Amino acid sequence: MTAPPRDGSARLRIRGLLRKEWLEILRDPSSIAIAFVLPALLLFLFGYGVSLDPREVRIAFVKPSSSQPAESLAEAFRGSPYFRVAFAADIVTARRLLDRREVQGIVSLRDDFADRLENGEAVVQLVLDGVDANTARIVQGYVRGTFAGWLARIDRGSRAPPGLTIEHRMWFNSEIDSRHFLIPGLVAIIMTLIGAMLTSLVVAREWERGTMEALFATPVRIREIMIGKLLPYFVLGMGSMAVATAMAVLLFGVPFRGSFLALLLLAGIYMMASLAYGLAVSALARSQFVAGQVAIITAFLPAFILSGFIFDIRSMPWAIQLLTYIIPARYFVSSLQTMFLAGDVWRVYLVDGAALLLIAAIFLAVARRRTRKSLE
Amino acid sequence: MNEAVRLEGVGKRFRAGGRTIEALTRLSFHLERGRLVGLVGPDGAGKTTLMRLLAGLLLPDEGRVTVLGLDTREAAHAVQARVGYMPQRFGLYDDLSVRENLDLYADLYGLEGELRRRRLREILAATELAPFADRFAGRLSGGMRQKLAMGAALLKTPELLLLDEPSVGVDPLSRRELWRLVRRLAGGPATILWSTAYLDEAERCERVLVLQDGRLIADGPPGGLTRELEGRVFRVETGREDRRPLLRLLRRRADVLDVTAAGGALRVVVEAGEGAAHLRGLGGVREITPVTPGLEDAVVALLRRERGGEDGMPTAGKAPADPPRPRQEAPEVVIRIRDLVRTFGSFRAVDGIGFEVRRGEIFGLLGPNGAGKSTTFKMLCGLLPPTSGEALVLGYDLLRAAPAARAHIGYMAQKFSLYADLTPRQNLHFTADAYGLVGARRRRRLAETIAEFGLAEMLDQRSGDLPLGYKQRLSMACALLNEPEILFLDEPTSGVDPLARRAFWARIMALAEAGVTVMVTTHFLDEAEYCDRIAIIERGRLLGVGTPDEIIEAGRRRSPEVTDLEEAFVALLEERRREAA
Repeated sequence: MTAPPRDGSARLRIRGLLRKEWLEILRDPSSIAIAFVLPALLLFLFGYGVSLDPREVRIAFVKPSSSQPAESLAEAFRGSPYFRVAFAADIVTARRLLDRREVQGIVSLRDDFADRLENGEAVVQLVLDGVDANTARIVQGYVRGTFAGWLARIDRGSRAPPGLTIEHRMWFNSEIDSRHFLIPGLVAIIMTLIGAMLTSLVVAREWERGTMEALFATPVRIREIMIGKLLPYFVLGMGSMAVATAMAVLLFGVPFRGSFLALLLLAGIYMMASLAYGLAVSALARSQFVAGQVAIITAFLPAFILSGFIFDIRSMPWAIQLLTYIIPARYFVSSLQTMFLAGDVWRVYLVDGAALLLIAAIFLAVARRRTRKSLE
Repeated sequence: MNEAVRLEGVGKRFRAGGRTIEALTRLSFHLERGRLVGLVGPDGAGKTTLMRLLAGLLLPDEGRVTVLGLDTREAAHAVQARVGYMPQRFGLYDDLSVRENLDLYADLYGLEGELRRRRLREILAATELAPFADRFAGRLSGGMRQKLAMGAALLKTPELLLLDEPSVGVDPLSRRELWRLVRRLAGGPATILWSTAYLDEAERCERVLVLQDGRLIADGPPGGLTRELEGRVFRVETGREDRRPLLRLLRRRADVLDVTAAGGALRVVVEAGEGAAHLRGLGGVREITPVTPGLEDAVVALLRRERGGEDGMPTAGKAPADPPRPRQEAPEVVIRIRDLVRTFGSFRAVDGIGFEVRRGEIFGLLGPNGAGKSTTFKMLCGLLPPTSGEALVLGYDLLRAAPAARAHIGYMAQKFSLYADLTPRQNLHFTADAYGLVGARRRRRLAETIAEFGLAEMLDQRSGDLPLGYKQRLSMACALLNEPEILFLDEPTSGVDPLARRAFWARIMALAEAGVTVMVTTHFLDEAEYCDRIAIIERGRLLGVGTPDEIIEAGRRRSPEVTDLEEAFVALLEERRREAA
């Protein structure tokens, strides 16, 4: 009957598809925008715009008319890089400032502050705007720290040198800079964009423009069409990852303590999982609009919210924590944060890598099964 | 084996919105190798489904499809290696050049070495695309795109070539080039199945399959299909003024099967057993000559027999119940344009054209794709501001007061542009709201329109599920709801079967007689014969304005064998292109 297809013709077809896809990527400004401009934009946004560390928190300071220790405490607050101090005559004025959101907190000293300090029972009242609980907690820490520092100083001034000092040390993010924590995770977000969203969009575009029907009518096989999509976007995604990593380290000074080998390996596996997911979406959605929506809601948003990129998974309700186990980005973000901030921990990589491989295999199988060479 | 295609009791159904649509019903036929076969039928007849079944992209629900001796159910991949298929919306990659598109398909069809180089050279030469080899496909004209798509489908001289409406939306000149191309490149042993909505095109095939509602209603050589009409088709010469009244009169006669405007005269098909003698006494008839029946005559006869006179539209002649009356103060000339220019960047889409249209005229705008036809049209509707020149519509200056003019015009877009998810009733009400129709006038216009267009029995279905002819009726009803003084129709009849087209034109003529001015664009040159006057546009410039008779005369001066509008159009266009070259 028919001769079995020769390998040579399959290679020729794949070559043709790869070249076509690559030319389209190079010439379509929107692919380049999603692969390189959007990541740069996200990096700048998270690098400069979004910071979870409050700086220059505005507080109102209410102090009694004149007392030496109160003045000295006020000085300590004013000297701190964390605060911008507004002095208020009484607590009522300070409340008004808080209500108008002109300050984020009030530090209030009672009139008998100096006397009580002598007796070792001074009280400082702290009122915080709790709308943003996260920030409030951090500000609370800053106030405590400033107060403790001031106490230590006046102690040292009056009496003998202290026998003991407490030195804080934060591990893994020694600068306690949230940027260092966010930017590695951003690499995963960027790769999700390319893998899941860009890929499902370009496949849907082929359906919309009728090019898929024309391709189907040739002897090309589904397998070859899938390779023709996977390879170019794999290269694009890895390129984007490299650019993002370079920007993170060189521009934003995020430390990179792991090895590039680990980065390449895990990023490669994650890219496969993400691309496979994109293909699975495109097997179901044949319009760009639907594909874009599905990719954003089921891939991009979970990667953003449930991957540990911004929100700590350990502080989520247990049901949501369970849900995060099926989000591929979770595993990659965990590995990324490890390799950027702590260095190579192969035990972490192994677990994350294995989970990602499993997910990639499942999505690839789904995509392969659901994409048929038929127009039904 | 001498068979290219065999279908045995093939049925195919689709589910859409909870309903089952019978796309093909018990279809059986076979095609011999090496034949050029035409597949004709209106939109929705099942042509594309049949093509996809033959390409192995769909599988039949029942029956069996055998292509080149292979069952598509078992060997779709092997079929696809030997069949060339050009889908209706052929997927060219717009961001790839002509050469890159061809290279891709050469790779996909496994062409290598010397054979590949030779074939690519041949295709580029035959399509005359060699000078544009490095141009992006997205920047080609409509005709060039079709030629490139056809070239891609023909790369690996296929044993069976499936062409799904390759000439749809292409001007007559490009259409002729496509035919030459197929003959040249496919030639030899290939079997070609060419689907088309143009019946005159199918006439060039050795065999014609006529598909209607998923069934094969006729099959045979064009000569065989027209045989029974031998001696029943006549050309009736009349004076220009008598033509339209006579046409209407003949349409109502029981002994006349069909009547159309053609070649500056009327073309009349009489019922079997009738001669032309009894036509002679009718008013305005000057001369009657017998002519050779065409495929369209045969298909119309078939359809009339099938449907027992039901046109899919209310019958001709019945004027709208309340014809929009001409306003006394309005000037006699309703559209006047002079030196009209529209540029897009450095490209002059419309480059200084001018003409006048009078009240109650049917004015046709013709031209190849990309000639500036739709740009002109959009400017006249007030949808696109002109760059410069003079444009007066009903006395309103389009450069300044386009919205004021819009209140007095109706517009029917080429594509169904009402809300598919609303019912016809809701669509009508929405249109009334949009025009600000209120109170007694609103009630009167809605009732009149529903009666006039015979919409009553389908008012509460989903508009998107209506058959094409009904959709078109609804679109026109909405366009006329506000009793416009000028009606703009953009390719109103593309994809509609010949009977529905006839009914449509009858309505247009009735409207014009009631004083409505009609501006229409069309690709069917035979339809343009219904127009009082036509303007031909090419590359943003006017190639000619006049009555169809005048245009045919002008064409005849250039080449003596011109007999109808299409030939005149081609002659004028070829002359202009020679001058330009």
